[in-house]
Amino acid sequence: MATYTFRRILQMLPLLLLISLIIYALTALQPGDPVDQLTLGNSQITPADIARLKAAYGLDQPIYLRYFYWLVQALHGDFGWSRSFSAPAALYVFQERLPNTLLLTVPALLIALLIAVPLGIYSAMRQYSLPDYVLTFFSFVAFSTPVFWLGPMVLWLFAIWLPQVTGGAVSLPPGGLGSPDLDPATAGFWAVLGDKLKYLALPLSVLALREIAVILRFMRANMLEVLNLDYVRTARAKGLPVSKVVYKHALRNAVIPIITLLSLAIPGLFGGAIITETVFSWPGMGRAIFEGLVNKDFNVVLASLTFISLLTLIFSLLADLAYAAVDPRIRYD
Amino acid sequence: MTALPALPVKPVVSRSAGAVALRRFRRHRLAMFFLIVIVLLIVMAVSAPLISPYDPNAQDLSGFYEPPSAQHLFGKDDLGRDILSRIIWGSRISLLVGFSVATLSILIGTVMGTLAGFFGGRSDYLISRFIELMLSLPTLPLLLVISGLLAASDSPAVMAFKAALGAGSSIVIVVAVLSLFGWMGTARLVRSEALKLRNLEYMDAARALGARNPRLMLRHMVPNLLPVIIVQATLDVGGAILTEAALSFLGFGIQPPVSTWGNMLSNAQEVVLQYPWIPFFPGLMILITVLAFNFLGDGMRDALDPRSKL
Repeated sequence: MATYTFRRILQMLPLLLLISLIIYALTALQPGDPVDQLTLGNSQITPADIARLKAAYGLDQPIYLRYFYWLVQALHGDFGWSRSFSAPAALYVFQERLPNTLLLTVPALLIALLIAVPLGIYSAMRQYSLPDYVLTFFSFVAFSTPVFWLGPMVLWLFAIWLPQVTGGAVSLPPGGLGSPDLDPATAGFWAVLGDKLKYLALPLSVLALREIAVILRFMRANMLEVLNLDYVRTARAKGLPVSKVVYKHALRNAVIPIITLLSLAIPGLFGGAIITETVFSWPGMGRAIFEGLVNKDFNVVLASLTFISLLTLIFSLLADLAYAAVDPRIRYD
Repeated sequence: MTALPALPVKPVVSRSAGAVALRRFRRHRLAMFFLIVIVLLIVMAVSAPLISPYDPNAQDLSGFYEPPSAQHLFGKDDLGRDILSRIIWGSRISLLVGFSVATLSILIGTVMGTLAGFFGGRSDYLISRFIELMLSLPTLPLLLVISGLLAASDSPAVMAFKAALGAGSSIVIVVAVLSLFGWMGTARLVRSEALKLRNLEYMDAARALGARNPRLMLRHMVPNLLPVIIVQATLDVGGAILTEAALSFLGFGIQPPVSTWGNMLSNAQEVVLQYPWIPFFPGLMILITVLAFNFLGDGMRDALDPRSKL
């Protein structure tokens, strides 16, 4: 197992290198480098100044050299300076933005699992029943609903319409991270938590809804497949009660593939959160990538994308290891 | 001796594989319903100039954010343009992007998957690693990076291309970028099917009769992959429409003045609190269209899967 893990980590390195090269090339090839952005609209600046600035930032070097310099620095944990946020890019992304994204995505995924796994099992056990049809239909709809539409719609519903109808009794804020006038230092813990929950409620629900749809369909399909296997039929035939067969025999094997789904979903959540974070003005990492692209602040983009790619590779390794831990039939040596 | 009464004979009806699939599909009521929806959408897109009540780009300086009325069923947007007309014209773009991306990514995916599955060995290893690489890339952020790159590029080739295509160039860019990132699912499916097929006896028989690799692949393998491919293509259309809308929503997709359902939503979160009807209708159209293709794909999977008995 240790040898296998070690070998897999070794295999990851060239892949990571290749990914970083692709990400760097695509980002660095963007027309309009940081100096152009800086000098735009500045009539005082001469072409000689621009050339000097570009040389100072190393922007006159060929791209493969720039990649090499960037890589060496990145390996030291230095992702350069972010001009738009006036901070080291890596520090800014990981300290200011990543916690916000985690605050949104981790609970969303947990809630989705807690809801979708039991519902998926229920749906599979009552295949072709009315609840099964309703749940399947729901997951199709939730899966096909654009977040950038559902988001604004629930914003209007909970921030405008419901407060009007209920006379302000039910009201949620239209996006943002928390009340700007609430000072965490003076307000009590519960006040801060309650405020946070109010701001989290909508983005969290919208994000979780989509995950519920995906996990529900996946869980239902797995469970149906396992329920039709011979060993389940044998267990029933020898007289074991349905509940025991389902919850002790079938469920264990049906849950295992969820590991793969999660390992694929977690990195996707970070990149995919761009849309949710945009709709709800939530200053997370996805939003940082977007702002970095718009402001040509590529150091932020590179730091975030490298992090997401690393995360993807780590989670796919973890998934394989978890498989071996959960399923005794799988042995890596 | 009296003749025995004739036993009632249940006539044996022989059906071709296609007829069986059709019969199965017709039983999936939701899929049938959404097939009709898709046909209506296509009719709407084709006849846009005839049915669109107003010019989709005609601005009305006195009618900003006009709420829905008898004259303007879905209201007017931030420039006083008729939202219904923009939705009708936008359906052309959404369907065009959806079908083009699905076709292209199915083509790439089938070629890659067949090559990997048919030859196995080194080509399988190389293609599989390439698929893994593509799947480890953060898709949505990179879609933004590449569309931004192509949209803002000042290289002579890109400039000439844009001059030739005018306003449509952003459509071509979006189709190309989405196809580039959309083929891996098909490739994986096709590869695993091809791996199963290549060791079947009929393949050996064809080879013994003198068929060479290209013929084996095109005549004997690909036709058997078609059920998988058709289902995947249908689901891809919905996926591509959704992703195009997401890109256009973020401002990195198809650029105005071309109206698409996605870029009609681009200022949604700014206007929704005051003018909720502006984003409501374009988003609803995306939902209905994507849902329709997902249900159609589901129905076709049920119909084409030889393991499902009905």
